[in-house]
Amino acid sequence: MPNDSPRSPVSADPAAASPVDRLVVAARRVVADQVVELELQRPDAGRLPDWTPGAHLDLMLPNGLTRLYSLLGDPRDASSYRIAVQREEHGDGGSRFVHDRLEVGDMVGFGGPRNNFRLVPATSYAFVAGGIGITPILPMLRAATVLGIDWRLLYLGRSPGALAYLAELAGHGDRVQLHCSGSSGARADIDAWIAESPSDAKVYACGPAGLLDAVVRAGANRRAGWVRVERFTATASGPARATPFALEIAGTDRTLIVEPGTTVVETLRIAGFDVLTSCARGVCGTCETEVLAGEPDHRDALLDDAERARGNCFFPCVSRSRSDRLVIAL
Amino acid sequence: MTETLHGPVHRTRPTSSADPFSAELLADPHEFHEALREAGEVVHLERYDVDAMGRYDTVHAALTDWQSFESSAGVGISDFRREPPWRPPSLLLEADPPHHDAPRAVLQKILGPRALRALEPQWRADAAALVDEVLARGTEFDAVTELAEAFPLRVFPDAVGLRQEGREHLLPYGDHLFNTFGPENFLVQHGAPSLPEHAGWVNEQCARDALAPTGFGADIWAATDRGDITEAQAPLMVRSLLSAGVDTTIHALGAILAAFARTPEAWAALRSNPALARVAFDEAIRLESPVQTFFRTTTRDVEIDGVRIPEGRKILMFLGSANRDPRRWSDPGRFDLHRDPSGHVGFGMGIHQCVGQHVARLEAVALLTALAARVETIEPAGTPTRHLNNTLRAWETLPVRLTPDR
Ligand code: HEM
Repeated sequence: MPNDSPRSPVSADPAAASPVDRLVVAARRVVADQVVELELQRPDAGRLPDWTPGAHLDLMLPNGLTRLYSLLGDPRDASSYRIAVQREEHGDGGSRFVHDRLEVGDMVGFGGPRNNFRLVPATSYAFVAGGIGITPILPMLRAATVLGIDWRLLYLGRSPGALAYLAELAGHGDRVQLHCSGSSGARADIDAWIAESPSDAKVYACGPAGLLDAVVRAGANRRAGWVRVERFTATASGPARATPFALEIAGTDRTLIVEPGTTVVETLRIAGFDVLTSCARGVCGTCETEVLAGEPDHRDALLDDAERARGNCFFPCVSRSRSDRLVIAL
Repeated sequence: MTETLHGPVHRTRPTSSADPFSAELLADPHEFHEALREAGEVVHLERYDVDAMGRYDTVHAALTDWQSFESSAGVGISDFRREPPWRPPSLLLEADPPHHDAPRAVLQKILGPRALRALEPQWRADAAALVDEVLARGTEFDAVTELAEAFPLRVFPDAVGLRQEGREHLLPYGDHLFNTFGPENFLVQHGAPSLPEHAGWVNEQCARDALAPTGFGADIWAATDRGDITEAQAPLMVRSLLSAGVDTTIHALGAILAAFARTPEAWAALRSNPALARVAFDEAIRLESPVQTFFRTTTRDVEIDGVRIPEGRKILMFLGSANRDPRRWSDPGRFDLHRDPSGHVGFGMGIHQCVGQHVARLEAVALLTALAARVETIEPAGTPTRHLNNTLRAWETLPVRLTPDR
């Protein structure tokens, strides 16, 4: 999933911000014109946080940009994440950085994985992918196959060379319909394709905004919740910080300094505050803490975008602060 | 866990002839747990031909590695690949991804801390009222019936949206269900005859029109309207709450009340700082592990500590033993409010980690703070007796004497 929303870079290396959330680029390969796939692992090749189809990673690039990328691999593979990045010539530099600068062995920071685009049970699925929008759809196809739920896919792009993962899709026969606007010049008839899909099918779409709008229009007569699209809204928050921040504990006169390289929970414990955690990975929700002031840097797998935007709670086992000062209630 | 090999490859695993589901070991499992941990990372239990884990690291690794240790073949001793389950399997507990994904996401939201905040004031008021009522009746009583059972039964069925009539089926249903994760021993035989009436009532309560228009049950059904789960899934998910949410919490509350009765200085510490209630509850869960065991089934050949376990084997994870492993916890038998119990496996770990844990914590915090506000001391008033269950560690009676504040 591309998301070259404007964000200003920061000076230091945000990938070094926290010890628990760093990944190393283990492999990279070109999978289509202007599309590279990265395989990311823990530096110690250890187990990564679990995820479900439709999930994305918040990736913090060494140049200070944070980008969201859908996971396209297999959730059964606990030791690596796979993402694919399309080069956006006119973006603000996130994808260009990945294409031109990021090499095997480089480190990136990450948060999540989070899922705002969950695969829900259905009698059948109709998937629509535009270009790099195929990435969240790939694990959905595999899940649907395991679940024994019938599906069809419409996969659109400028040219066959721009469509990644055709080899993987080839095995699915006529369930997969490809459409290249470049070769025929004709636009795909989204209305007709959606109309052909069973009326109780769940429709999933990911791709450029124009395509998603067309899918939503075509599915307007379907039940709410039966048409789901993944929009890459640009979150307006500032860059991840790589410098210490002040953590104020409301109701006490204590202010702690959280250094890059230690978690908020560790900092609190060293200072003598009890914080109960369980998974220590931003998954279980045990350490949820109220935020009274400041802007949290969310790295958990729990909050959706709206909940993040509210900024009134965070998970200190993994999450941090974007602002110089964060005030929390324990 | 499978990647790191210690010692010679393909050692034969140690064996034990002990029966962890015998009345004797259910009543007092600690010595057996210690022997299990000392024997090795994996120990073959001859009597049931299953492979057992008692050390923290091993249990933790098996809990999180759902790829190698699956739940869909049953999390009890029975292997669903060979024998059909006695009830339709749980969509959460007894499911693997991707089947597990959607039901889990829905329940996680409904039972999450932010959703529960709306219940908190009422639960705190209910707890204060219960404590007042109990103290008005007297200061010496059975803490199991008067507190550990009374409080969850007062708040949880209402929160789910159950009707009043028939709630007495909840406890025997849950008790039997947790027995069935073990072998078909005296406990299962004892509960089997009355199972149909309890299960019948429970299943009836899962229908949309049997549930109140608000509550966890209604929330589950509302998720079908959004398409997040199917209408066929909703009743089974309500059933999950009724199965997993009552006995567990009751026994956890029994565990913490017993721990406080035995440890007066801990009660004094809670009195002076009620914010300790949360940590205290998890420390009690670590210490007692109300859920003692769950099983998994290997999906492939795995290698643990040089021992090869073939695909398709039933693995018995002793959560209670892991939570008292001295390799992980210092002085593990002590109820210690200064300890950080974070990371205990009493709620499990990984993708199946208890989705109701925030509910249980909120119940506990509400009851404990209400008690701490009114009660100066809690002490034993007789010898407590154990309630035996193949999975749960529980008190049958817990006689206590309270000194209310003057
Ligand atoms: C202190 C009380 C409780 C304890 C000790 C406890 C313990 C556990 C444990 C150990 C598991 C993991 C099972 C596994 O890994 O196979 C679990 C799962 C579960 N618990 Fe709890 N539980 C408690 C309270 C509750 C409550 C109050 C509810 C409901 C509101 C609940 C609902 C569930 C459900 C539905 C699962 C299955 C989750 C899944 O497989 O994804 N539990 N619980």
